Amino acid sequence: MKPPPFEYRAPTTIEEACALLASLEDAKVLAGGQSLVPLLNFRLARPAHIVDINRISGLDGIYERDHGVAVQALARQAAVEDSEIVARLCPLLSAAVRLVAHRVIRNRGTVCGNLAHADPASELPAVLLALGGHVIARSARGERVIEAERLFRGVMETALEPDELVIEAWFPASSEPFAVIEESRRHGDFALAGVVRAADRLALFGVAPTPVLADPRDPTQGLQPSGDLEATPDFRLHLVRVLTERAFAA
Amino acid sequence: MKVNGANHPAPVDPRRLLSDHLRHDLGLTGTHVGCEHGVCGCCTVLLDGAPVRSCLMLAVQAEGHEVTTIEGLAADGAPLHPVQQAFHECHALQCGFCTPGFVMSVVGLLAQHPSPTPQQVDEGIAGNLCRCTGYASIRRAVSRAAELSAIPSPALAGEGEGEGGTEQ
Amino acid sequence: MTTRWFGKRVQRVEDDRLLRGHGRFTDDIDEGALESYLIRSPFAHARIRSIDVSAARAMPGVVAVYTAADLPFGQTDLPILIPHPNLTHGRTQRCLASEVVRYVGEAVAFIVSESRTVAEDAAELVEVEYEQLPVVITPEAAARADHLVHDDVPGNVAAEMIQEVGTVQAALAASPRRKRLHFRFERGAASPLEARAVWARWSTSEKKLTVYDSTQSPTSIRGGLAVLFGLPESSVEVIAPDVGGGFGPKIMLFYSDELLVPYAAMHLNRPVKWTEDRQEHFTAVNQERGQVHEVEVGYDDEGKLLALDVDFIHDAGAYTPYGIILPIITAAQVPGPYRVPNYRVRFRDVYTNATPTSPYRGAGRPHACFVMERTLDAIAAELRLDRAEVRRRNLIQPDQFPYVLGVAWQDGNTAIYDSGNYPALLEKALANLGPRPPGDHVGMGLGMYVEGTGVGPYEGAHVQVLVSGKVVAATGIPSQGQAHATVWAQIVADELGVDVADVQVTGGDTRRFPWGVGTFASRGAVTAGNAMHLAAGMVADKARRIAADHLEVDPVDLELVGGQVRVKGSPDRGIPLAAVSILANPVRYAFGGGTEAATQFSAKTRPGPPLHEGEQPGLEATGYYSPPGSTWAAGCHAAYVRVDPKTFRLEILKYVVVHDCGRVINPMVVQGQIEGGVAQGIGGAFYERLHYDSEGQLRNASFMEFLMPYCTEVPAIEIDHIETPSPLNPLGIKGAGEAGVIPVGAVISSAVEEALGVPITEMPLSPLKLFELVKTQS
Repeated sequence: MKPPPFEYRAPTTIEEACALLASLEDAKVLAGGQSLVPLLNFRLARPAHIVDINRISGLDGIYERDHGVAVQALARQAAVEDSEIVARLCPLLSAAVRLVAHRVIRNRGTVCGNLAHADPASELPAVLLALGGHVIARSARGERVIEAERLFRGVMETALEPDELVIEAWFPASSEPFAVIEESRRHGDFALAGVVRAADRLALFGVAPTPVLADPRDPTQGLQPSGDLEATPDFRLHLVRVLTERAFAA
Repeated sequence: MKVNGANHPAPVDPRRLLSDHLRHDLGLTGTHVGCEHGVCGCCTVLLDGAPVRSCLMLAVQAEGHEVTTIEGLAADGAPLHPVQQAFHECHALQCGFCTPGFVMSVVGLLAQHPSPTPQQVDEGIAGNLCRCTGYASIRRAVSRAAELSAIPSPALAGEGEGEGGTEQ
Repeated sequence: MTTRWFGKRVQRVEDDRLLRGHGRFTDDIDEGALESYLIRSPFAHARIRSIDVSAARAMPGVVAVYTAADLPFGQTDLPILIPHPNLTHGRTQRCLASEVVRYVGEAVAFIVSESRTVAEDAAELVEVEYEQLPVVITPEAAARADHLVHDDVPGNVAAEMIQEVGTVQAALAASPRRKRLHFRFERGAASPLEARAVWARWSTSEKKLTVYDSTQSPTSIRGGLAVLFGLPESSVEVIAPDVGGGFGPKIMLFYSDELLVPYAAMHLNRPVKWTEDRQEHFTAVNQERGQVHEVEVGYDDEGKLLALDVDFIHDAGAYTPYGIILPIITAAQVPGPYRVPNYRVRFRDVYTNATPTSPYRGAGRPHACFVMERTLDAIAAELRLDRAEVRRRNLIQPDQFPYVLGVAWQDGNTAIYDSGNYPALLEKALANLGPRPPGDHVGMGLGMYVEGTGVGPYEGAHVQVLVSGKVVAATGIPSQGQAHATVWAQIVADELGVDVADVQVTGGDTRRFPWGVGTFASRGAVTAGNAMHLAAGMVADKARRIAADHLEVDPVDLELVGGQVRVKGSPDRGIPLAAVSILANPVRYAFGGGTEAATQFSAKTRPGPPLHEGEQPGLEATGYYSPPGSTWAAGCHAAYVRVDPKTFRLEILKYVVVHDCGRVINPMVVQGQIEGGVAQGIGGAFYERLHYDSEGQLRNASFMEFLMPYCTEVPAIEIDHIETPSPLNPLGIKGAGEAGVIPVGAVISSAVEEALGVPITEMPLSPLKLFELVKTQS
């Protein structure tokens, strides 16, 4: 379980990072590394180049913007968890980030990396979707905003181009009532099924190739979850109904 | 990178994991490797004071940072760090393989919550696997460590945060 | 003997270095060793058409690549550790497979290189051409023999064994009530947090092989290596340094690496090491627990057992290197603490295309306990009796010991329970459990067990008082965290009248003690503990004899107290133990004085040669303890469990244990053993399952998917004891290592069954399984 060969680059500016992503074939961005490095160790990911963005300074901010909270690419999940700004503006995000793995993982893992990785069972993509947030993607070609509803394309697939770097995620202020409830086998595991409620909006995770918005009155409508070792499609549909009920009973 | 207060060059091979670098290049074998995919927590070290998985970092990434390993918590011959002492008193280790990772996680936990609630204790150690103790004694040790840490002691103060670390 | 230390919560002497990061685990040892990697079969059953390692050999940094063809022992079948007459079709693998692979993870080639990373790179260049063969993966499929795992093993049956006590068919026919039940247990894994590792060095000048191995049995590894390499045992040193948990599967003679690493070190004349990674650990290291049981029970209207017929299939995996110990244990342990007047048990040990099995903490007992306890719960439900009452009516009573079970035991004897008080265990557990907590979907679970512990054949110990007065002690068995160095020191310190801190213990190092068996089967405390007691007692006797000469008194008037050998009743008439150590060696050296007492020119206290006839120099002795039979520990667990009726999440509200392991050497250590055992039991009951698919691929070979509990899944456990000393050994102790794990599956099942009202007949459970059970029922 040692990583396969790769070329390592550690740019110190966003521009340099974008130039590298534009010029290198088969490059992978390394931010917190809490998903990428295990994949490297298992040799399940074999990028030719690793572009480590951790040496870029001034990219770890969490700040208020447009009635919401902006989280920059190198803001660690633990910083988001501890952030007063997040607690004040977007307590849903504070609650959700606590469900991401464990504190030691969150000390290193980033919110933007989590969104870009787009694991369908992950909490934060569903939070972004429920709130109607977005990410800002930068490339040598320029900068664009990608709304949450257009960001997630499939299992670990996003609308990001290979030359693009997520430099910021923006979460609209969450208003009451909100809830994030998930069913996982152990504390901190990926969810078998999970729901995010933001006022009247409902997003589901762990039950489709991407997080999906759903109708709180009929949350499983059109849903065709896959089965795995710990949950059949049937069980996932059942959990969605149960968790939605609990989220809206609160 | 600075490891337990001493400067070391980063390895040439970017593939070298921080855990392997600490163990095999620097001889700091107290950091253990139990899974190499970030689940077990045996390899937990402090990076600039916060616990992280050293198996999920490339060693080159630690350049310019301060790493504290289990060996950096208490100098040879000096009394144990309060967390180490509490683990001893509470029989919170059996085989000792997961122990350095737990100790480093608890050092991080107590820095964040000096008097943790039972729930904060569980949250703080929930990212580390132990196959021997069943965790009960580790929970007791965290509470005891919080007590010991609250007792001012010149022998225990200042260790482990890099500045006062031992030269390795 | 004085008992200053025995029974006390003595803090561990092991902790300091482990807490400082100064432990020494096998992978910590480097000394410029080459690193290595094993190529393993990706298929569960396949014929090897060809192996091409030429590209790997040519890779820079690669030092050697071995296949079976490159090994002098490449065509040697590995040994069967414990042969048995009923194991008619035992099969073992070879060090490296060259013809057929029979499980995913079977070793095929071995790469030695300058680093593990290079070895893994080179592994990608090894080309093995496989022709896939049909796969047999469940015990049921194996018994149906749709396909064969070994062409020459008819029906996939490695062994079959039938035992009967009384006349079961007649008793069943005469029973007022009968019930047929079916119970299934799936495979689990011990998963110690340190995976396995081996390090070896060959000294050409000394013709000496030194091996560090994370094994539970270094003495056996040494014996095997000596035979394989044609060396006298004195030229092979095997050391189990700190071992990061074992729980059973770290004893297996031999894993391929345990031969390949020493061989490569000799062949290449350089130190070589191999450290297993977590991914390969999942398939390369032995597993356990796969068993399917058919039960027929006869009982009366009062719930009293009249006859029990158990027919079960044990999933052996692809080979039987460990013999048939596991099904033998299950067969003997099903009756547990209950009187079963007529008992018949048959098992078949069947091959499957999965990793071989060998004992994992509990070793055949969790399944045995599950079968019996679930059967009693079924009887209670049928008769509408309280579950505790049914147990009460069937328990062996305190005046019935020794209780002859009449079934074969793993040590070759017939199982005989030596002592116990099972009703006391039950009543105490019920009292400690207390009233049922409020709320819906709360179930109560109950489970009792016995455990044959402390099996032979023997262990030994060497104890020596140094001229400093400090004591060193050694035994052959290694520790994987069980605090051997502390508890042996307690035993020795009591015999010699010294402080526990003055006793330094070494275990698992053949340089210090060459004879022994291993750490397994809850046997360490009974076998090595009593050996320490005997050896230290011999040293104490010798100290009395020598001091008696010196003090001119009768040895029986002397006692060892406070580091002195002194006259009873006259504490000022004595001689330091350190001085006795000097006197024990009539030679002419010493730093620090004391030789004036031992010199030949000192005043002689007695005539004759300096050494007594038959006496040996040195204040030391070697003692062995060989148990006459197993000693039987027992316990009762009870719990309240809440199950969320919609998400099927489990919440253990209260869990109590009452345990009897005879006299307790160190309550703190026993508590840790039980707490850890229960946690593993909870893992095995609700979280940990090895998911093999129909192709024999293990689908969850990582800690992300093999769900070992974190602290958040393990509740506080309340532990209480009773003590019925064992009459079989001098210290009156019984083993405690495995006890915690044994009844947990039965207890959780009992509670969940009551909470949800669905019958539980399988282990492990999961939210998904409960969801489906509830759905099926409604």
